[in-house]
Amino acid sequence: MTEKETNAVEIDGLTRVFPPSRKSGEPRKALQDLRFSVKVGELFGILGPNGGGKTTLFRILSTALSPSQGRALLFGIDVAENPREVRRRIGVVFQNPSLDKKLTLRENLLHQGHLYGLSGKDLTQRIRSLLQRLGIESRAEDRVEHLSGGLQRRGEIAKGLLHGPELLLMDEPSTGLDPGARLDLWRYLQELKKENVTILVTTHLMEEAEHCDRLAILHRGTCVALGEPVKLKEQIGGDVILAQTREPEKLCSLIEEKFHTKPTVVDGTLRLERRQGHEFVPQLVEAFPGLIDAITVGKPTLEDVFIHQTGHRFWWQEPATGQKR
Amino acid sequence: MSAKRGALAVGTLLRREVVRFLRQKDRVLGALGSPIVFWFLIGSGLGGSFRLPAGAPAGGGSEGLSYLQYFFPGTVVLILLFTAVFSTISIIEDRREGFLQGVLVSPVSRRAIVMGKLLGGTILAFGQGLLFLLILPFVGVNFWQIDFIPVCLVLFLMSFGLTAMGFVMAWRLDSTQGFHAVMNLFLLPLWLLSGALFPPSGAPGWLQGVMRVNPLTYSIAALHRGLFHEAGAASQLPSYGISLAVNAFFAAAMFLFAVWVAERKGE
Repeated sequence: MTEKETNAVEIDGLTRVFPPSRKSGEPRKALQDLRFSVKVGELFGILGPNGGGKTTLFRILSTALSPSQGRALLFGIDVAENPREVRRRIGVVFQNPSLDKKLTLRENLLHQGHLYGLSGKDLTQRIRSLLQRLGIESRAEDRVEHLSGGLQRRGEIAKGLLHGPELLLMDEPSTGLDPGARLDLWRYLQELKKENVTILVTTHLMEEAEHCDRLAILHRGTCVALGEPVKLKEQIGGDVILAQTREPEKLCSLIEEKFHTKPTVVDGTLRLERRQGHEFVPQLVEAFPGLIDAITVGKPTLEDVFIHQTGHRFWWQEPATGQKR
Repeated sequence: MSAKRGALAVGTLLRREVVRFLRQKDRVLGALGSPIVFWFLIGSGLGGSFRLPAGAPAGGGSEGLSYLQYFFPGTVVLILLFTAVFSTISIIEDRREGFLQGVLVSPVSRRAIVMGKLLGGTILAFGQGLLFLLILPFVGVNFWQIDFIPVCLVLFLMSFGLTAMGFVMAWRLDSTQGFHAVMNLFLLPLWLLSGALFPPSGAPGWLQGVMRVNPLTYSIAALHRGLFHEAGAASQLPSYGISLAVNAFFAAAMFLFAVWVAERKGE
């Protein structure tokens, strides 16, 4: 039990089923028997393609949605049983803007503070220091509709942090940010981490997931990989070789015959995981002259981890009517 | 402590509602402007051909009200209805992508959220209703003739009830188009059958029945009483007591309904 208390997030057999839509007629399992935990002070990423279940998980953790089965505990408190206690301790940054565009940044933060029972001097001081830290104090009196996307996003973060939450939940926080602003955001998250704030971020961007201490990769509502980004990539044996060819099936069986290793075909490209990939490439090319149009060798990326686990590409289109939410 | 927190939350949500409204000039125009145009055009156009039935609430006979006068309370109610609807329609979008998302995951109780939203909408509707009363001298009614307290009471109760009704509908719908359908199919008929355009006494029996159970009928009746003093023995208007009681009951019931709807989902 003591271990549970040290975890910021504890997810145990979490399942969420949505009632059947009129189109498909079948209930949709958005999350299936999910289990993992997040330690206090961790920067934890939920990586997955759109429709993988990230948003559903985010909504359950932020108490906006209740689980169908299983439990989600935040600091040992059940999200479904005691949402109000959970709400006090979490800060939530939504993917869609939640700032009132007709109000100024400061007005938005004042309202936010009031909702969390803050008021008076304490509140104005918190707002000032937060705006300073995020570098948006000079724009505090501007209406949100007049701020750029990057500044609005900082405003959203300020909103999420105002009451000093122990856990910050962020759904696709870099949506609509240019690369520079994105970098700033991650730098800021690293800084927050130093103050022992636990951060849980959902993202569909590989390069963002790299910044996280640990990752859970979601695919069709299940967790297909869990661990540190570096370790996840290490799980793949050696290098990843990709071969372009017009006849993937034929080449595949030829390789299997000659080298006793079975490549996978992903979107018409042959894919092999192999140690010392650079030594294998010349052998391959010489063995099948004319069959290979192009060949690359590289260190595994998180996308390779995803392909390794699921057998298809990250941006693969779900054939079913994959409605979000 | 908890009550203080609740009051803080209600106050802040209410304030946001009002500030937001005042910063959107088109909304002010939409809620106040279109009913006034309605009133003036319909009132002037129908004025010549409209005859109130004998013994009708409007007093009847040649010394009765002009149509511009008769239609006046109906227009007030239309203003309240429009304002209430416009202030709650935002809920539909706000909940998925907007301010409301953050409110719903804050530790504020649903009851306080509903109260804040409703009081905000109520103040807007009530304020606009009062503003419209400034036109009264132009239709020959002096301000000191008005029963100010009951008129204000009924305006306030009705604003609250209608905002709460809008809230219930908006909470359950997932598109603003749906709201327009509800508006045309339900809210406007509700208004039409309230004695706003024609008195119940001249209507066929089945319509009279519908009008009798329509809470808006009692609001209109109270306004007729309060603004024009149509209270003679010939008048079939329900008394202040009944009118106010119906309005209070309607407001309370709609509030509870709104709280129930808001608490039901998600948790």
